[in-house]
Amino acid sequence: MNTASHAVADTLTMLRRNFKNQLRYPTSVIAIVGIPVLFLLLFVYVFGGALGTAVAGAAAGRQEYVNYILPGLIIMTAATGSLGAATSTSVDMTEGIIARFKTMAIFRPSILIARVISYVTQTLASMALVLGVALLMGFSPDASLVDWIAAVGLLALVSFALTWLGIAFGLAAKTLDTASNLPFPLILLPFVGSGIVTTDSMPAGLRQFAENQPFTPIIETLRGLLMGSHIGHSGMVAIAWCVGITVVGFLWAIKGFARDRTR
Amino acid sequence: MTINQTPSAIKVTGLRKSYGDKVVLDGIDLDIPEGSVFALLGPNGAGKTTAVKILSTLTTPDAGAVTINGHDLARNPDGIRTSIGVTGQFSAVDILLTGAENLRLMADLSHLDRRIGRQRCADLIEQFDLGEVAGKPVITYSGGTRRKLDLAMTLVGAPRIIFLDEPTTGLDPRARRTTWQVIRDLVADGVTIFLTTQYLEEADQLADRIAVLDNGRLIAEGNPEDLKRRVPGGSISLTFATAAALDDAVRTLGGQMIRNDEALGLQIPSDGSARAVQGVLDRLETGSIRSLSLHTPDLDDVFLALTGQPSTNDQKDQK
Repeated sequence: MNTASHAVADTLTMLRRNFKNQLRYPTSVIAIVGIPVLFLLLFVYVFGGALGTAVAGAAAGRQEYVNYILPGLIIMTAATGSLGAATSTSVDMTEGIIARFKTMAIFRPSILIARVISYVTQTLASMALVLGVALLMGFSPDASLVDWIAAVGLLALVSFALTWLGIAFGLAAKTLDTASNLPFPLILLPFVGSGIVTTDSMPAGLRQFAENQPFTPIIETLRGLLMGSHIGHSGMVAIAWCVGITVVGFLWAIKGFARDRTR
Repeated sequence: MTINQTPSAIKVTGLRKSYGDKVVLDGIDLDIPEGSVFALLGPNGAGKTTAVKILSTLTTPDAGAVTINGHDLARNPDGIRTSIGVTGQFSAVDILLTGAENLRLMADLSHLDRRIGRQRCADLIEQFDLGEVAGKPVITYSGGTRRKLDLAMTLVGAPRIIFLDEPTTGLDPRARRTTWQVIRDLVADGVTIFLTTQYLEEADQLADRIAVLDNGRLIAEGNPEDLKRRVPGGSISLTFATAAALDDAVRTLGGQMIRNDEALGLQIPSDGSARAVQGVLDRLETGSIRSLSLHTPDLDDVFLALTGQPSTNDQKDQK
């Protein structure tokens, strides 16, 4: 008996299930998009006039600030997507249907593979919505087609990494509450990085953290691709962080998945 | 009873499982012939669910050999998975999908041919009387309807061996009888059923063989009649006028008995013959006895005789 022969069929079956759930009950997409859009509105309209000057010089204003903040909020969307992955994974595990799948002669990895594909899709769609709102608010990117392709590639990589991490959180958490709390620091990471304001303005200790935490090089790379700012070695560091987070999330998720979760 | 003429559907030897310091299964041996109903009976926490989890490949045992439908658990769990269906204590349905979509999901994961799968789902919707709700999301279903769907999903792949972990816990009497009928129909088709229950009546109604699990050990095994024979005549129940009279009786009679201080009652295992009753009464001050009744044997008495405590007490202990 070799379940690998069913790998593609089982993954497609699982994907169909996940997509149906996501389309019919888009509540998690609303949360994933809602948090970054809320921050976008808050920062651009409430603080934007003042912050624009801070990040882009005396003559700058709200318009420049949208351009500055958007990359950070797109990355925040990857974090809220991770939160969505964690909570729905946790719910699924306690519902018992995963235990049923495990008693069937299916290609077991299909459960996780389909999950990753559907959450990455969900996160990328959410990012597109956040970008759409930003465009309406006057975001004016300065990027070539190649830049855009590279940006989408980077975002797919970030989403992939944070989705694995989110699934790992969902599998590791004993309760839904824990599952929804674990990814929360990720959502706040863009604040203590270069997401909202430049790191130059921060006190020394915080600045050191802000410049070396994973989201800063990722945000800087995205900003470089979309706005034409200097990327430097941020690109390589960003990719390294994504790969590292993916490996940790993947191994942790595999461990959690093997564990018997039924009560 | 000869049980070795038909081949074994499930064969288990020396099964052990511990969680930390707690020994949940302490050396279980089972041999369940094809096409029979086997009931694993025991109070909550006896290890029933753990046994089902191991046999259905969800958990690995610490020691012991398991063969199901000719497949070895350690070497070929996927072989076992193609032969079994499992309905656990907690519903394993996708509440966001409709009932029909849940069934179709099972058909696809059982790798049934598309046309056969569709037909199978339609038949099950009909058999389980799910026609009216099949197009609605499961989240709108009542608990009983979810359980029905759960059982129907287990049957999509036409498994030859079905594990039912407390299938009727929490069901109303009508739904319970429906479930029993489904089980009888399956057995008529030659399916082997491994059932766990804390309802003695359920085991008595359905099972060809019953094993009683207590603290991780099988303390008795046989058909319902065999087990009842181990407690000949059931028991004599007495109630007394005063607590002092109850104390006196306990002191005078000695031996194994169940005492209920609140009701001033005493339950004495007995074969129920006139001589035995007279033997008890002769030793007591009959004026202090308020009532006497004879209890005909049922599986509750098996618990009483085997564990020294009635099963109902254990059931009350759960949460």
